[in-house]
Amino acid sequence: MSAPLTTPAAQPVGAGEQGGPPQPGGAPEPGGAAERPGAGAPLELAELGHRIKGPSALGADPRRLLHLTWALAKTEFKLAFFGSVLGYLWQLMRPLLLFGVIYLVISHSKLAAGNSQPYFPAALLLGIVLFTFFSESSGGAVSSLVNRENLVRKIEFPRLAVPLSIVVTALLNLALNLVPVLIFLLAAGGAPQWSWLELPLLLAALACFTAGLGMILSVSYVSYRDVRPIWEVVLQMTFYASGIFIAIAGLQPITVFGQSIDLGHVLMANPFAAILEQARHVFIDHRYPSAASAIGGGALVLIPIGIALAAVVGGFVLFDRRAPRVAEQL
Amino acid sequence: MHQSAPPPVAVDRVHKRFEIPREQVNTLKERVLHPFRRGVTDTLHGLRGVSFAVQPGEFFGIVGRNGSGKSTLLKCLAGIYGVDSGSIYVNGRMSTFIELGVGFNPDLPARDNALLNATMLGLSPREARRRFDSVIDFAELREFVDLKIKNYSSGMLVRLAFSVMIHVDAEILLIDEVLAVGDAAFQQKCFDEFERIHASGATILFVTHDMGAVQRFCDRALLLEHGRPVEMGDPEHVGNRYLELNFSAQARAVEQAAAAEEEAAARAPLPDRGANGANPAAAHAFGTAQTSNPNPIPSQPARGLEPAAGVGAGESADGSRPSTGAPAVGEREGGAAGRRDGDGAAEILAAWCEDEAGERTETLPNGRPCTFAAHLRFREDVENPVFELTVQNSHRDHLLSASNLASEPRRGAFRAGEEVTFRVRFENVLAPDRYHVTPAVTRQGGAWIDRRERMLSVVVTGARRSEALLELPYELAIERGAPRATKAELVR
Repeated sequence: MSAPLTTPAAQPVGAGEQGGPPQPGGAPEPGGAAERPGAGAPLELAELGHRIKGPSALGADPRRLLHLTWALAKTEFKLAFFGSVLGYLWQLMRPLLLFGVIYLVISHSKLAAGNSQPYFPAALLLGIVLFTFFSESSGGAVSSLVNRENLVRKIEFPRLAVPLSIVVTALLNLALNLVPVLIFLLAAGGAPQWSWLELPLLLAALACFTAGLGMILSVSYVSYRDVRPIWEVVLQMTFYASGIFIAIAGLQPITVFGQSIDLGHVLMANPFAAILEQARHVFIDHRYPSAASAIGGGALVLIPIGIALAAVVGGFVLFDRRAPRVAEQL
Repeated sequence: MHQSAPPPVAVDRVHKRFEIPREQVNTLKERVLHPFRRGVTDTLHGLRGVSFAVQPGEFFGIVGRNGSGKSTLLKCLAGIYGVDSGSIYVNGRMSTFIELGVGFNPDLPARDNALLNATMLGLSPREARRRFDSVIDFAELREFVDLKIKNYSSGMLVRLAFSVMIHVDAEILLIDEVLAVGDAAFQQKCFDEFERIHASGATILFVTHDMGAVQRFCDRALLLEHGRPVEMGDPEHVGNRYLELNFSAQARAVEQAAAAEEEAAARAPLPDRGANGANPAAAHAFGTAQTSNPNPIPSQPARGLEPAAGVGAGESADGSRPSTGAPAVGEREGGAAGRRDGDGAAEILAAWCEDEAGERTETLPNGRPCTFAAHLRFREDVENPVFELTVQNSHRDHLLSASNLASEPRRGAFRAGEEVTFRVRFENVLAPDRYHVTPAVTRQGGAWIDRRERMLSVVVTGARRSEALLELPYELAIERGAPRATKAELVR
């Protein structure tokens, strides 16, 4: 075994503060050392078992984080279906209704941009479905820690499981919602392509980005309760500014300080918009611009990637730092 | 190297503080508007240097009053709170039961809830599924497996939750008064189960207020007060210390309330006690309406004079007093501080109780000798007075009525100005409770010279709580088989 490490507990356990309370100890202290391990005799670290470090984001056992995340997500998912008779249909209803309205308006409007796009219904529905995932998971994550207060305050578990489970639940819903997208696409004459294989990667990237946001939001909401309305506004802005129903690639440039700036390029800095654009490119039709071309050049695509990475890394760092105290602040 | 098994739980000088902001900044807006305003925070010391080690297989109790830090300690042990300094080492698989059914969702059937709960408590999903049958069987809920638990009765719910909890089979269990829920039968079942788990070698840490449970189950106990360990060791001993702490705090509160009341009463226009000797009429004003009272001046109801003190309140339990005074019936005095009766020829100045060592105390341990004492001064010459002391419990049952009437009724004459202390010593067999002592000095024949009802209040502490009025020492024998023939039967 490794070199004996003397730990703080080497001092007689029970020697409280100076002149403090009477020595707590079953046996009288001086003689107690022999029969009581942990008192008197120097102890080796290995003998004391593992140290309780308090709550953390990841916990000691990564498998436990996975198990818990999955168990919580599954429960939430089930609940959505137990709640109503139509279950799955209701789940599909929301994006489909939204799709119906937008499609009707866009296809009959003077904008008419929609009509010129290939497989427009499928592309529109893909946008709506991905946005539903984005808003469901990030919006749900906001109050997740507060809603799970009973868990957080009553048992020790990797705190990250809470916001992550929200994202996983939303992913399950997303999987269901992608089915009609596929149907729309195939019905309109779309054919399976090799580039579809990229879609899971894009979804994974979106999930990571959302999880990063979820970590920031959930832990901020514990301290600041106006995070929720703020985030609702942000989501609404995202909905209109991400090219869900109007292609942002074709927007007129705007002029700032005499400089002409392509608004589409600016909006593409949003990782969600970039992922959506790329998803359409690989999944719906190659005539949709890839994220790289939509943002105006290969290297510029690093901007949304960088923002997404920053959200994930920053989110984790923030969450990890706050996680130990969340139970007290709730 | 391995001289013995390591302690399952070792706690070393653990400190835990809570920062409680005076002004809660709850919104980002406030934070943005006042970026440099750092909120003033109050520091609350949850734990201040707690250290102990639990031995393998021990049933270890953590007790303390509300706010003593015991639940904080448990949460630190469980890893729900991080500690500020010090360290906690745990050796073995640990499970925490701070609440039954953590994460139960009313809209899901028992099956899902049990599996989720087990996962939350630390089982892997596979283990949880494997144990599910046994969980349901223990809870006796086989037929309701697919019923949503919102349709469960609370009893069924508790059974399910408890069943999940004990199937996590941790080597170290942290339990926080989960037994506060459920009826007596269920609690018994819980305790039986704890005993079984304990017998199987698990180490149990148990946080509770219930001294009875601590003394029944725990091998050792730790008493916390204001986040500090006060006492550790034998549960009996710790239990007594706990009751002492608890009741002395209560006693202080009662005293303060009584003092405030007295102060208020002093300002009220009541007959002055000091004037009694000089003014027989006034002195009699706080005598009561008793025809048997052979006072020099005919007695008269004094109710009008002393409305606040509740004169005339009939102490129906007080057998020593001939209650011919008709108006007294049915009225009872509510407060602890008592009334005062008598003709004032002597004055009881103080009453107190002493422990075994003769030290004055407010708390007396059950099973030890104790002494009740009263000190009085005579204002007039009195022939053969009777000194008397009665003890009532919190339900006003009379448990002791001591006087010199039987033993030595003729103590001779006491001069005016003479001071007397009389003591009543006895083995304290009183059950743990609050007791009120009424000292009195009377004339031969029963007329009161001074009687101060419920003048002294003491608390008796003790381990046993049989709900009996007294905790008498006894011997119990249990023999198998038919009863042995009695002597009488043998003779026949």
